[in-house]
Amino acid sequence: MTDHLPILLLLLPLFGSLICVLLGRNNAAHSWVVAMISLGGSALLSLLMLIKVLGLKSGDFRYRMGGWPESSSYEVGIELRVDVLACLIVLAVMLVGFLNTIYSKTRVPAEVGEKGSFFYALIQLLIVGLCGIIMTNDAFNLYVLIEITSLTSYALIAMGNRRAALSSFNYVIMGTIGASFYLLGVGYLYIKTGTLNIDDIHNYLQSEDLWASQSIVVAFILIMLGVWTKMAFFPLHGWLPNAYSYAPSMTGTFMAPLMTKVMVYVMIRVMLWLFGSDFVYSPESIWSELIIWMSVVAIVAGSFLALARNDIKKMLTYLIIAEVGYMVGGVWLGNLNGQAGAFYHILSDAAMTFCLFIAASIVIIRTGESRLNAFDDLFRKMPITMIGFTIGGLSMIGLPPTCGFFSKWYLIKGGVEAGQWEFVVALLFSSLINAVIFFKIFERAYFGKIKGIKEEVTVQDRDTIPAGGIKSVPLSMLIPLCVGSLSILIIGIMNKNIFSWITKALEMVNG
Amino acid sequence: MDIIIASFIEEVIVPKFNYWIYVILMMIGLFAMITKNNLIKKLIGMAIFQTAIILLYVSVGVKSEANIPIISHHGHQEHVEHAQDENHSPKPEVSTDDKSEKGDHHTIDKDKFANPLPHVLMLTAIVVGVSTLGLALAISQKVHGSFGTLEEDEILDQLKPGGHD
Repeated sequence: MTDHLPILLLLLPLFGSLICVLLGRNNAAHSWVVAMISLGGSALLSLLMLIKVLGLKSGDFRYRMGGWPESSSYEVGIELRVDVLACLIVLAVMLVGFLNTIYSKTRVPAEVGEKGSFFYALIQLLIVGLCGIIMTNDAFNLYVLIEITSLTSYALIAMGNRRAALSSFNYVIMGTIGASFYLLGVGYLYIKTGTLNIDDIHNYLQSEDLWASQSIVVAFILIMLGVWTKMAFFPLHGWLPNAYSYAPSMTGTFMAPLMTKVMVYVMIRVMLWLFGSDFVYSPESIWSELIIWMSVVAIVAGSFLALARNDIKKMLTYLIIAEVGYMVGGVWLGNLNGQAGAFYHILSDAAMTFCLFIAASIVIIRTGESRLNAFDDLFRKMPITMIGFTIGGLSMIGLPPTCGFFSKWYLIKGGVEAGQWEFVVALLFSSLINAVIFFKIFERAYFGKIKGIKEEVTVQDRDTIPAGGIKSVPLSMLIPLCVGSLSILIIGIMNKNIFSWITKALEMVNG
Repeated sequence: MDIIIASFIEEVIVPKFNYWIYVILMMIGLFAMITKNNLIKKLIGMAIFQTAIILLYVSVGVKSEANIPIISHHGHQEHVEHAQDENHSPKPEVSTDDKSEKGDHHTIDKDKFANPLPHVLMLTAIVVGVSTLGLALAISQKVHGSFGTLEEDEILDQLKPGGHD
């Protein structure tokens, strides 16, 4: 049973999404139950998988699809490969998916109407795609899974308001360029090595000493460009802010924490497993230097753009772009602290972005106002929501008990170790800007004046009139927020354990 | 001058003919995706762009004077299996070893058969491309429904007064 965990946790949401499609229109309530069961079950399975992998001596295990026999020289079948890093991210994806399904219970009828069951079908497919990306060990399958996640997310975004369709269209164009570049890079690798298995490609490159080959360099650049487009690394970020802020709120709360982070993990996989650290960080190449500068630009620009926004969700999306800069820079520092810090930041960023997006969505829905003045005097009216928002905000700034502090700590340590002072300065600078952004909001929420907000909402109105009443936040929205903010603290407090797991797995691949 | 051009064609263009074609097609597609104003024209560019990459893969699988990789063995079970091995084998030298162990009367010459793997991969890529195109067309229909036009500048004009970004 435990040998089949990787495939089981993919199959559960896959069949769940099929059932949701079969349930058809006007059946959102049943689809919600199906999604809860499949995602809850998969979350449990991924927890089991984490426990299993932590107990393994070798650090990872492989699952051969369809039971292809093992061959000594080269891989014929398709593999799933699971190690501690993959398990942690799969667990994060499943938990965010599960909590988000709870959150979407009252939002789906209000925002997508009769297409509710298709929403749940798409969201489960998206989770299958994301987990497949994380676990697959085949470069071409990775492309197909990236496209599965992208296609579902285009559709999920386009379900939003009038502008969502246009932002989704731009996302289609950018996303297709990115995925095609990735596919092209894989094509070059295939021409050169004749295999698609990530480990086999690496071994072949190693044994034939193909590092100097121009096609390999071109392949690396193409794959990096493709992955950067998908993760919205700064000059390629154009599609993200509109897509995430005009999407339906429960799509935004799901995709903002996960999509970019999973693509950062793909970048780590490509850099350390597919090409190997000797090639990527080779002292002759100027790439590390260049890309760290690019990430510095991304961090600074993302923070400034966030500061300039007056729209809550837009501001948060620009913060995501700055965070992507943290992670890319951290990985390219080329030392263990930087890599582990970047990986730890994937987890903590997933938790805090989820928390902030949920809190912001609740505020926008309940006050009916999407600009920052929505927060005026909210601590008195929505204390629980605001506490959740505060924890998320403090974690973004990086204050000690929260996980945001520890990821920044390790990233800065890595930056100092590598002597990349510009990266350290950019991190501190962005923390300062985050502090300005969030304390501005906290100040409004504590001392702001009440401007034209209707106060009372009766119990019957709760689900029918979302905008206008701010006192009554349904439990289905508060639970995910509370769990999210708790997980920020838990990831922060458990940083020692998580960090030791991460470094052990990274040491294994770095040799 | 003529000699230089002729030698350029002979040494640079002809041997890498397939790569030139794919790069040119890809650039046409990319150009259309980025510069065109009409959303449908952008999508046509996207289709050209994806097709260019499919052409690259397909051209890689071709060998001169090679046949399609279907091996008829008059119902010899062992050889059918062997043929499958050959088809999936990514590295030719491995399958040659394989063959010398097993090969009795019908030895399979790997140079006689085209590599089918890139073609199989492209079947999947074509499916992905078609679904992307279909989805994008559906989305542009939705855009047309809410803005009444498919020209990007007209849509942006409509968004100007209300939009703050």
